[in-house]
Amino acid sequence: MGTENPATAKQIHTAPSAALTALKGYWKSVRDLAQVIFASPTAVIGLTLVILWVLIAVFAPLITTHTPFEQDYKLVNKGPSALHLFGTDDLGRDVWARVAYGARTILLLGPLSVLVAFACGVALGLPAGYYQGWVDEVVMRILDAFMAFPAILLYMIIISAVGASSFNVVIAIAIGGTPGIARLVRALTMDIRTREYVAAAKLCGEPDIIIMLREILPNCRGPLIVDFLLRIGYAAFYIGTLGFLGLGLPPPTPDWGGMVQEGHSHMTTNVWPVLCATLAIVTLVIGLNMFADGLREETMRYQ
Amino acid sequence: MDQSPILTLKNVAVTYKTRKRDVDAVRDVSFEISRGENLGLVGESGCGKSTVAFSIVNFLGRNGRVTGGDILFKGEQLRDRSEEDLRKLRGADISMVYQEPMSALNPSMRIQDQLAESLIAHRGFTKTAAFAESVDALKIVYMPDPEAVMLRYPHQLSGGQQQRVLIAMAMLNNPSLLIMDEPTTALDVTVEAAVLDLIAELQERYHTATLYISHNLGVVARVSHKVAVMYAGEIVELADTRTIYRSPMHPYTMGLMRCLPDVDAPKGTRTLHPIQGRVPSPANLPAGCIFSPRCELAQPECSLQHPQLVEMAPGHQVRCLRSLDWKDAKMIWEMEELAKEPCPHRADPNPDTVLNVEQAKVYYPVPFKTVGGIFGLEKRRYVRASDDVSFSIRRGRTLGIVGESGCGKSTLAKAIVGLEPLYAGKVDFLGLDISKPVDKRTQATIKELQMVFQDPNGVLNPSYSVGDQIAFSLRRFKTVPADQVHAEVERLLQAVKLDASYYSRLPRQLSGGEKQRIGIARAISTNPAMLVCDEPVSALDVSVQAAVLNLALEIQRSQNTTMILISHDLSSVRFFADDVAVMYLGRVVEIGPCETVYRPPNHPYTTALLAAVPRPDPDLTPSHIRLSGRVPSAVNPPAGCRFNTRCPFKIGAICQQQEPPRRDMGNGHLIFCHYTPEDLGKLKA
Repeated sequence: MGTENPATAKQIHTAPSAALTALKGYWKSVRDLAQVIFASPTAVIGLTLVILWVLIAVFAPLITTHTPFEQDYKLVNKGPSALHLFGTDDLGRDVWARVAYGARTILLLGPLSVLVAFACGVALGLPAGYYQGWVDEVVMRILDAFMAFPAILLYMIIISAVGASSFNVVIAIAIGGTPGIARLVRALTMDIRTREYVAAAKLCGEPDIIIMLREILPNCRGPLIVDFLLRIGYAAFYIGTLGFLGLGLPPPTPDWGGMVQEGHSHMTTNVWPVLCATLAIVTLVIGLNMFADGLREETMRYQ
Repeated sequence: MDQSPILTLKNVAVTYKTRKRDVDAVRDVSFEISRGENLGLVGESGCGKSTVAFSIVNFLGRNGRVTGGDILFKGEQLRDRSEEDLRKLRGADISMVYQEPMSALNPSMRIQDQLAESLIAHRGFTKTAAFAESVDALKIVYMPDPEAVMLRYPHQLSGGQQQRVLIAMAMLNNPSLLIMDEPTTALDVTVEAAVLDLIAELQERYHTATLYISHNLGVVARVSHKVAVMYAGEIVELADTRTIYRSPMHPYTMGLMRCLPDVDAPKGTRTLHPIQGRVPSPANLPAGCIFSPRCELAQPECSLQHPQLVEMAPGHQVRCLRSLDWKDAKMIWEMEELAKEPCPHRADPNPDTVLNVEQAKVYYPVPFKTVGGIFGLEKRRYVRASDDVSFSIRRGRTLGIVGESGCGKSTLAKAIVGLEPLYAGKVDFLGLDISKPVDKRTQATIKELQMVFQDPNGVLNPSYSVGDQIAFSLRRFKTVPADQVHAEVERLLQAVKLDASYYSRLPRQLSGGEKQRIGIARAISTNPAMLVCDEPVSALDVSVQAAVLNLALEIQRSQNTTMILISHDLSSVRFFADDVAVMYLGRVVEIGPCETVYRPPNHPYTTALLAAVPRPDPDLTPSHIRLSGRVPSAVNPPAGCRFNTRCPFKIGAICQQQEPPRRDMGNGHLIFCHYTPEDLGKLKA
């Protein structure tokens, strides 16, 4: 027993230090990322806009004086006042509250739908790029068929087939985004699969699924993160469009696209609901785009 | 000959601006080059050799600047000259030849336009006159069929031809100063030898002052009159070539010599002495003598005082505090080596055969040119990367496979480990048939047959720490129980001379040599019976090469591992291998024990390869056997003997019509040639 003691003692001694170095490594990578972001003014402006909207969404109940559903029949289609900061819509609901709560909807559905799209895109693109040959042909031709439809047309077909609900909006945007993501993942995989560390993993007898998920996918992350951010922007944009076409979230859910749709017939008398909703969409999408662009430029500069 | 210097550098310093602060990349560099003189500038990568060259023509880029000293060209100050003046000088009086011929030529311009450009721009030639002059320049560099070459695009020329075009371009305006920055590094040895011949001959004929930058001591010995050794931005030793090679005084110069494998020394008769550590970054130089942390002979005072360049003998300058004491150091070191017992050859009387390769063919299908191909209307064509290769290796021995690039060495290695499918043939490993790709092999077979890869930057996954990557393999093969994986990784790190702190490092924090060691640690983690090393050191600096080769040799000795070493460098194969196979265009042309293959009689191809090896000895007369042209396409290999298109000793029609017969030279030494063994013996040029 006596011989075991030093070993155990050593393990106890090394265990916290290993955890500490891991933590330090993690902290360092966070700092590195912050350094990359702050090196690019574009990324900083973009990130500020995005964080602003995230804060609005999170603290919506605290920064609004009304709920988004309260209707005030005496104040319909009114401009800004002390009671309603940005006025009211055609049902007498507070525009500011609907914009703030609408941010919640869009910042939940946007990332969610893109995440689903990424899961599908990775699941299709990774094997296509790794195996190539007929797997690649079959997967890519099917995705080409999807890409042949204009995006908005595809969404309209899907939504009108399965009905308008937040779940279906997520599904529609995920289906629309999958082909592009699959193509990106496939291209990156085709490059990375020729690296020697992939050959080394094969010489460990690793199964293909491990090689794809452990050796290849993590090294695709740079371009994928940038694409993810850009796509959240597009998703926000499309959710708005679907709302405007009446195919978005069913009323009375606060939805920016829906606000534009409901308000645009009264635009000549009361511009506020439309103006606030469009400005919200524009700033969020521009913020996400600038953040993604800045990040991409700055990471490219290091290579 | 006029001996006034063409180029004089006096205490030149170069500074680069970085995000954090200014970095002095080059400090206190002084030398002179006279007419007809060739100064070699050597050192490891990162020592500032190219920076010196760029400072002369002010190509330092936006963040670089000459911050001190004088650069005099024919007595005129070049520093702080206007861009316009320098541009005129660069074209007409100072020329440069770069390392990568492919990227130095414009891929979308014909050779004639690129050559004529500088004549028209700098000397006002008409188009026809410029054309005639360019053809003459190509003739000077012995370009075969110069008129036809003029009409080609760069991608239609071989690497050696491209480099010839660049040298012709540099010589066009008959410059007074020629700067060559590693002009042969990207070329095969055979091509390199021919280009070096050309450089030496032009030197004789035109007496151009030349600054020749190279990391290869053998190359510099061949072309330079004087040699300056650079270390971390300073010149540490400067003398004429013979003195540098015969009686070096600076420990760094001696270290560079001692880490070179010698193509004439058989395995086990020499040990390589790597230089410890690596070149410091110019941003954190050590105090005192900058070489002292890596110097085996350093004394305490070396880290206190920065030595000056002192003239020890006429024309021999050394930057070492103690070089007076070292005058005989080289001799001491050599005696030390002799005293050491040469490592005895393991006397295993009857080792069993570990690997047996029989008529292995690795073919890659060429894509069809027409739609009809899919329906069987077009004959399938193949790249015959490896064609009918047979050999066997006994336990504990090392087989070296040598040949120019494009001879199918790496393809064969990949087929053996199972990364490429065999088209035909049979591979037996420990009595098991392994003629199938790796995903069809059993885990037990995979474990016994591992590989060390070539590219240190591609060998490790950038997303995981090095310890984790070794641990992946240990867990996969269950080499040790799960709770001992961490300890085993640390043991393996120690086995490759790295301490346990490397466990949590990411690949980008390691140097090339360290990455290659991790690659070796991962390969030996399964305790394999056989290790296939595909050019394991070709991307590394000489000082690091020696360390990696020593490590591999040590592993082989302690584990009795059977190895295959693929290399284009005949010297490291000689140092490392017991047997050697020479490959040309997918075929083995000669195979046998090193003792016999490295000595005549040889296959003509082997003779040419051996003649091309640059040797770090300025007194050797270079051989006249040179190969012309390039390795033909493996899709349509020449009929008969595949080497017949380039063979310097071609017999005649028989070489083009018949496969060469197997000649048994005795002692397991086989040559595939139409010459009889007796005639092969007489071929010595």
